[in-house]
Amino acid sequence: MTRLIVGPFNRVEGDLEVTLDIAAGAVTAAFVNASLYRGFEQILQGKTPLDALVFVPRICGICSVAQSSAAAQALADAMGLVPANNGRIAANLVLACENLADHLTHFYLFFMPDFARAAYRDRAWYSAAEERFKALNGSGIKAMLPARADFLHLMGLLAGKWPHTLALQPGGSSRALQAAEKIRLLMLLREFRSWLEKNLFGDLLENVAGLASRQALEDWRATQRAGDFRLFLEIAEDLQLEQLGRATDVFLSYGNFPQAEGVGRLFPAGVWDGKLHALDELAIVEDATCAWLNGGAALHPTQGLTLPLSDKAGAYSWCKAPRLAGRVVETGALARQLVAGQPLLRMLAAEQGGNVYARIVARMIEITRVLPEMERWLRELKPGAPFCFPGSLPEEAEGRGLVEAARGSLGHWLQIRHGRIQNYQIIAPTTWNFSPRDAAGTPGALEQALVGAPVGDKEATPLAVQHIVRSFDPCMVCTVH
Amino acid sequence: MNLLWLQSGGCGGCSMSLLCADTRDLFATLSDAGINILWHPALSEASGVEALEVLHACDEGKLPLDILCIEGALLRGPNGSGRFHMLAGTAQPMIAWVSRLAGRASFVLAIGSCAAWGGVTSAGVNPTDACGLQYDGAALGGLLGSSWCSASGLPVINVAGCPIHPGWVLDTLVALAHAEINDFGAADLDGLGRPRFYADQLVHTGCLRNEFYEFKASAEKASDLGCLMENMGCKGTQAHADCNTRLWNGSGSCLRGGYACINCTEPGFEEPGHPFANTPKVAGIPIGLPTDMPKAWFVALAALSKSATPRRVRENATADHQRVTPAIRKSAGKPKLK
Repeated sequence: MTRLIVGPFNRVEGDLEVTLDIAAGAVTAAFVNASLYRGFEQILQGKTPLDALVFVPRICGICSVAQSSAAAQALADAMGLVPANNGRIAANLVLACENLADHLTHFYLFFMPDFARAAYRDRAWYSAAEERFKALNGSGIKAMLPARADFLHLMGLLAGKWPHTLALQPGGSSRALQAAEKIRLLMLLREFRSWLEKNLFGDLLENVAGLASRQALEDWRATQRAGDFRLFLEIAEDLQLEQLGRATDVFLSYGNFPQAEGVGRLFPAGVWDGKLHALDELAIVEDATCAWLNGGAALHPTQGLTLPLSDKAGAYSWCKAPRLAGRVVETGALARQLVAGQPLLRMLAAEQGGNVYARIVARMIEITRVLPEMERWLRELKPGAPFCFPGSLPEEAEGRGLVEAARGSLGHWLQIRHGRIQNYQIIAPTTWNFSPRDAAGTPGALEQALVGAPVGDKEATPLAVQHIVRSFDPCMVCTVH
Repeated sequence: MNLLWLQSGGCGGCSMSLLCADTRDLFATLSDAGINILWHPALSEASGVEALEVLHACDEGKLPLDILCIEGALLRGPNGSGRFHMLAGTAQPMIAWVSRLAGRASFVLAIGSCAAWGGVTSAGVNPTDACGLQYDGAALGGLLGSSWCSASGLPVINVAGCPIHPGWVLDTLVALAHAEINDFGAADLDGLGRPRFYADQLVHTGCLRNEFYEFKASAEKASDLGCLMENMGCKGTQAHADCNTRLWNGSGSCLRGGYACINCTEPGFEEPGHPFANTPKVAGIPIGLPTDMPKAWFVALAALSKSATPRRVRENATADHQRVTPAIRKSAGKPKLK
């Protein structure tokens, strides 16, 4: 057996080191180290509760709005406040904008450039992949960046700026859209749709969103001449990406985008393991056995504390190990779409579980489902009606905010005592996906997904490992925070 | 010029913001200026040992390092060990890497307020003993020390902000690359090492709420249109940046987003000593008035302007959309042709 330490692992947001045990040309065990600790949960203690809105977006520059949104929901929960309807819609638009921009960033900047590596130069698709996705140079990357920047102009109109807005408030949004600005936003969304349909899909979003089976996707691909998604499908088939990176096949979603009161969320909350289960939030625990943090026992986040202990024996990451009723779960776009019942992804997961291929397809499908919703939400905004309801915080209160960042389920748990934050616990998407082992020695989702990954004789940074790691769209700055 | 970009105790948001630059081709803009990106954690192909080869070559002086950009605070803890951030794959603390590489670089840029001062990462109990490259909060020093200079003779260039505006970074990089047009030097930095082209401006300039400010017609709650200074914690009259003349994400800024300027380019902004969204007052008068105006004059002018506030301004200040529109001036009609 040989041991390989892979790092710095780039094109993931933040800092990551992966240790691999290798035998007979395959990974036999993996240990994932989130190698940066900043201590936001310590920083927040003692602060005025509303100051969380300044601090938590700065946990992460790529999930910034998702962090804001979770904090605003936790504070609203503590206040017993229901946001103004316009504010709810504006917050949905802002979060959806971040999620879709992140999906695009992941596909073009983080994930696809690995197929433009010289190691693949003998493949039939290589010259196309190199032309579109070569890091810092590919025509696809160069086309995506201005399209993304233009799409993020939505933030300029609805949130002041991105990242790190303070517009999302417990009672709604501090930015009341004016009637004429609705038209500007509509044009902006339509322009982004047009870019996606031309460059990424080579087809109408609705045609992709409607793909309901493996056969339908294959038939669609056979008719496509253009589009980066089509190129991905060709590469995925050739490299058998569907055989890479299967984790636990238990999928968690907190659900996203609250709809009008009583209607629930556009993508509902739940757990999918071949069957749909209701989410039991009280069954969430964090275990610090293998983290350089004090304690170890699995605790619900309302009980948990975060204190660094850098010399702890047996620890190998700053990341805690979240578990749901003792289970290791995977979260992300695939989980959201499985819980939401998207038929193509349900079929793919039933046949091959979660894997590199399915995770990418899920993000693409999600883009095609969310943008038309954004166009619909925009029409529901009513300038002139309130965007933000004022609320007041009790001196003693608790609150929780559960949202979906692009890369999965994000939860905030807040306790207020004597008008100050007594404790604030955060479980981020990649905390779930990239957790270390727990007290029972059970590896986290990525650690399981890496077992069996092929490693070539001379590979110091194995490509299959890179595809698997990046398929989760990890955000390491959120992971430990 | 070879550029190396590393991230430490921050959120990565400055890199994400840079990618929002309103250029048609960001990488072409940089390469056109002669800037060659050796490695960037979010953008480069090289991972693991491939990336380490680049870092080692710079460290050993085999690869010229012209511009070193550091994003994120430098984490000295626990107990001076730097263990809170070990550079993956190297078993060495990031602060050791940054100290050595800074010694090789012609120019060192702190990208964002974390790298400049410590920023949000150093807030509260500062769990990681975070500091900036050459400042620890407002005090000179930081990781590299108060007298440190790069090979060019300049101290650390503090492109402060949380996050940075993409234009602040692009303009600085391209200015450094075009020494023949504008020899970027010590005179281009303000007293805190920030590029003066944006740090000699005030956020207040160009604020859409300026008419409300003139009449002290103030917002009372989130989403109100009025001035955010009197009640909502806004520091735009003191904050050094051009956020309302160089807009964000097309047409935005904090003020245009309906929330206070929190003075994020300033050392120590993360611990203002009051809740961010409330203006502290003494005897009903906001503390922290404009820095270059006598307080008595300000109070006198405020009283006068409040009494002269037009109904339009007064009523719109506490609404989230214009309730009273500007009056149309009555005229005698078109002059008749003879």
